[in-house]
This record gives sequence, structure tokens and C-alpha cells, in this order.
Amino acid sequence: MDNPSSRIEWRPTATIENLRLRGRVLASIRAFFAERGVLEVETPVLSTATATDPHLDSLVTRYTGPGAAAGLTLYLQTSPEFAMKRLLAAGSGPIYQLGKAFRNGEAGRRHNPEFTLLEWYRPGFDLRALMDEVEALIASLLGTPAAERLSYAEAFIRHAGIDPHAATAVELKRLAALKKLGESLDLSDEDKDGWLDLLLTHLVEPHLGKERPVFIFDYPPSQAALARIRPGNPSVAERFELYIDGIELANGYHELGDAREQRCRFEADRERRRIAGLPGTPIDERLLAALEHGLPDCSGVALGIDRLVMIAAQAQTLNEAMAFPLLCV
Amino acid sequence: MATYSTNEFKSGLKIMMDGDPCAILENEFVKPGKGQAFNRVKFRNLKTGRVIERTFKSGDTVEGADVVDVEMQYLYNDGQHWHFMVPETFEQVAADKSAVEDAIKWLKEQDVCVVTLWNGVPLSIMPPNTVTLKVVDTDPGLRGDTSGGGGKPATLETGAVVRVPLFVEIGDVLKVNTRTGEYLSRAKG
Repeated sequence: MDNPSSRIEWRPTATIENLRLRGRVLASIRAFFAERGVLEVETPVLSTATATDPHLDSLVTRYTGPGAAAGLTLYLQTSPEFAMKRLLAAGSGPIYQLGKAFRNGEAGRRHNPEFTLLEWYRPGFDLRALMDEVEALIASLLGTPAAERLSYAEAFIRHAGIDPHAATAVELKRLAALKKLGESLDLSDEDKDGWLDLLLTHLVEPHLGKERPVFIFDYPPSQAALARIRPGNPSVAERFELYIDGIELANGYHELGDAREQRCRFEADRERRRIAGLPGTPIDERLLAALEHGLPDCSGVALGIDRLVMIAAQAQTLNEAMAFPLLCV
Repeated sequence: MATYSTNEFKSGLKIMMDGDPCAILENEFVKPGKGQAFNRVKFRNLKTGRVIERTFKSGDTVEGADVVDVEMQYLYNDGQHWHFMVPETFEQVAADKSAVEDAIKWLKEQDVCVVTLWNGVPLSIMPPNTVTLKVVDTDPGLRGDTSGGGGKPATLETGAVVRVPLFVEIGDVLKVNTRTGEYLSRAKG
């Protein structure tokens, strides 16, 4: 009669129709790269090292068995970047991967702690050439019109009315207060990137890519992550993001190849983690050794497949684009 | 009182904001791929009814508000306060005008209401969904007209004015939906 299992929600949150669409999107991506001679690769989800970025929290697990009798701490990768760069350094040529990535603490309308990432690398491509290829891919998948290209500074000036490179943290905070943002927010007067992120997510992003896709490029050097920094006035990180309808869909870099500079950034991240009281993360020495050997000059980009399917399905939440999100597993 | 981290935020959670008790209406997690995570939250201030929006750094905590909903019987109004009682325990509270304001025109002695208490003090009163009230004033009824077409205003014993069918007369007892303010039917008996 009233069987308890009948009340358990076991069905997928996405319609079968959307799951079919998802399958077609994955097949089209593979066809797109096959045609362009980009090799599909698979790298491990588990690694002894992980991202050091203080804003990324890796899920941790433990292996015990042959080869690790005392147990081995393994991190679920927040992206396949480090392993793919090792393949590039080993001479793989252009490569792509469709696989799972994991980020602890991230769940919401547009986030799920386990998600599908398309990541690809193009030796010999600068950022402009890679943006062209991203644009061709999404146009083939979504039928989107030609994309707009806007620097990070132009986007801020247009939608927030402030120059993000010249402004100080206190000036950004003052603007946030004027816009009635940040009243209960515990961000320090030194955390310029924090205030930039607040203004970006609340004032800028909602306007991005409304009529057509938009690429935002030339980020503040403090937000370079694994991108090269181009010296100048101001110096900028050679990084881009793609937005469609206010949704951040892809993040690309002209990849940093300098092993010494990469080690400095890892160490700086670890120091910031220590000050913030966050768990320490080991540095990926195998990546640094590969960079030491030599990474071909290349650009790379990661694109969120769940968000892409969500946009293709004209859905409002990731739940409608993936079978079993966090609360259904 | 407990504190809640942004990870515990959900619609309905009662928290303190600027010294006032608030209920969360919406909670959205926003995070740039490479950057600070935020929770963008909409609340209703339970004292003023106003909706406000605030942003928190994900992981930050806020103080909870001691807000509970209790079913209580309306007893009487002493001219200044409206008195309510928990029928089982005989525990009584006195609500001031700001708390009863929206419910006042539906409050009939003995009716069971939902009283929202903050630190034991009434914040607001929710009358029953349906109340049964006597008509104290309306234009003379059109006897025999049960079509329900047209309509006229009628004043009820609590002071509420509702639109009623033409056949309704002074002294009739009506069922009224307090959420919409609409006449439902004549009560039997």
C-alpha cells in the first residue's frame, strides 16, 4: 500500500529529452575535434597533488592496497589541467578531454560538486586563435551569432562604471556600498580581488552575453591563475572567459610555461591558504618537472558541459541538464 | 541562539539581520570560476514585511532568530493589546497593534490563529484560512435571488467589508476566505 520506497525520489532530474540532447552535444563535440585533428585523451581523476588556488577546494579520498600499504591521500581533480600539460610536454600535440571534475563546496543553480568539463589545448595557438575556435564550437552546438570581444576593463567600465585596474580596494568597496552591495559582507579593505569578484558577479556578469556570446579577456594579473602575464601598463593576464546569457561557460589561458614562475605562484597560493586557515595542498612536482622539460607554447580552455547543455535546452538550472545532481546521488 | 553558516541557508530559515528577525526567501550560490564564492540572499524582515537582499562570503555565519509559529486562540482586545492563549497550556501573550494590523479585521474571539513569536513576543498573526462571521450591515436582500450575479458590500461583525451576493441579509452568517477576502458561502445553521 504505502511502500516507503515509493516515496524515494529515484528518477533523473533532467527529462529524457534533455539527456538525449546531452548525448547529441557530446557526440558533436567529438566530431568537431576529430575533424580538426585534435586527439581525445583521458587522464586520471585521482592524483596525489591538486590545485593550490585558495578559491578551489578539492575533495579528498584515500587509497589503501598494493603500492600503498599505509594508505595514500588522493585528490579528485578540480580540472584535468596538470595531467594534460604533462601530455603536451611529452609531445602529444593538440589534445582534448571530456571528463569529470570535482569541486568541494560548490552547489547551486549553476554549480554541482561533480561536473563534466571539456578541456582542450592547442600548441601554437595564441588566445585570439583559441577564442575563434571556441566561438566556432559553440556556434556549431548552439547556433549562436558572432561573439563580442570585450576586455575585463571595458566590461567593468560599461556595466559598473569603474576602471578595475586603476581602482583601489577601498574605491571598489565604496562603489559596492553605493550599489547597496556588501552591507553584510566580511571582505577586508586589502582584498581587491574579493571586491572585484563581488562587482563582477553582481553588476557585470548579469549583462554579459545577452544578445550574443561575449569573450572577456585581459584579466588583472592577480587573477592570472595559470595564465601568462603580459607586461604593460597595466600588465594583464592572458586569460579569457566566455559568457552566454550571463552564464560563465569557459575559461581559457595562454598557458604559463615557465616552471620557476609556476612554482612561485603555487607557493604564493599556499601562503594565502595558510593565512586563510585553509587546508594545505601539495604542489604537483610532476607538472613542474614537465614544465622544466618544456611545455610547447600553447593556449588551453575548459568549458562546462552541464552549463552548455543547460543553455542548449533553454533550462534555468543544471538539474535540468544532468541526470543525477548532488541531492539525487 | 544558534548561528548558521551559508551552507545551512534555505528558504524559511529565520536569522537576525540589522537587529531584526528575518526569514530567508531565496538563497543563490554565485562564484566566478576563479574567484570568491558568494551567497546572494533575499530575506523578508518579519517586523516590517520588507524584502531585502544581501550578499555573504560563502562559509560566513549569521545569528539565528528565535522565531516560532504557535497555534493560539484569540481571547479579547483590551483597547491596547490583543490577547492570545495556547489552549492546552493556558499560556497567554499580548500582541500590540503592529503585530495584529493585517489580521485585525478577521479576528473573532475563540478563533485559532497562528501567532509568530520572536523571543516570546508576537510579531505577526495569521488568522484562520476561513472564518465564519455574521453580517452586521448590508443593503436589503433581494429575496429569491440566488443567482449570485452582481453583488454588494456587506460589513461583518469584525469590521471587515466583503463583496457578497445580493441575497445576503443582515444577520446571515458567512464563510469568508481571509487570504483573498472573498465570500465563500452562507454558513449552515
